Amino acid sequence: MRFILAVVLLCVAQPVLAQDYAEESLPDPKQEEQAIALMDTLRCVVCQGQPISGSNADLARDMRRLVRERIEAGESPDAVRNWLVNRYGQWISLKPSMNEQTAPLWIIPLLALAGAGALYSRRAKRKGR
Amino acid sequence: MTRKWIFWLPLIVTVGLFFTFLIALIRPSDRAIESQLVGQQLPAFEAPAAMADQPGTRSQDYADGKPRLLNVFASWCGPCVAEIPVLLQLQAMGVEINGVAIHDRPEDLAGFFAQNGNPYARVGLDQGGRAQMSFGSAGVPETFIIDGQGRVVDQHIGVITEEDIPDILAKLRGS
Repeated sequence: MRFILAVVLLCVAQPVLAQDYAEESLPDPKQEEQAIALMDTLRCVVCQGQPISGSNADLARDMRRLVRERIEAGESPDAVRNWLVNRYGQWISLKPSMNEQTAPLWIIPLLALAGAGALYSRRAKRKGR
Repeated sequence: MTRKWIFWLPLIVTVGLFFTFLIALIRPSDRAIESQLVGQQLPAFEAPAAMADQPGTRSQDYADGKPRLLNVFASWCGPCVAEIPVLLQLQAMGVEINGVAIHDRPEDLAGFFAQNGNPYARVGLDQGGRAQMSFGSAGVPETFIIDGQGRVVDQHIGVITEEDIPDILAKLRGS
């Protein structure tokens, strides 16, 4: 009886001391999902080409821990992203926001398309005549 | 005449783009990630004491009218050894330097100071990189110049050399 009880207790036991959110998931799957999505779009400042979710650098590990801890504490992913952007700049975000600096990236292709369309329709009209 | 010019325009644009990309590929960009905090108040942080005989450091230490250096370093970091003599020189000139040791252990720090000297007035231990992230620091060594009001005047990325001393003194004085 005591043995069975011990086995049952071991099965339900949770690691308490060895909880490091740099590598371990949050207990709430919904929060973990948010945390992973955020970590996939934050750039590692050490190994620069990778998101922090896939980097072994110490600082990336620290950032994963920071992301999970803040999400667990109830902060929104955007708030956590802003906290980091305020310190490391837009550079750290792999999900660029629309601002005066990045607006040309969206606007120029649209302008080019409109310009090409105008040229084409003019030419088509001339041919039609 | 204008028609001819328009005819050549796509080629000119393409060639221009080609050379822009070529130059950017050949000359690697500046990879240092600068902290966005320059010009702003030092954010709240706390790095508990690393050594038994020295206090740790936290944000409240920085707005008492005295400008200081806040040096992010580690005992495991090779380049950090190289700047210790220069930091000792600055200390001898009366500059107060506080250290934040990243991912470090007190026993390793004790060995590091015994070997290289200890230029710090305060040494804080930053275990999870929390203080480092709150400064927007991306590596070691990095040094922040903090004015008497606790504002970040400048960030020096990498090793401080003797040539940097006049500039650092000027920025400390100017603050």
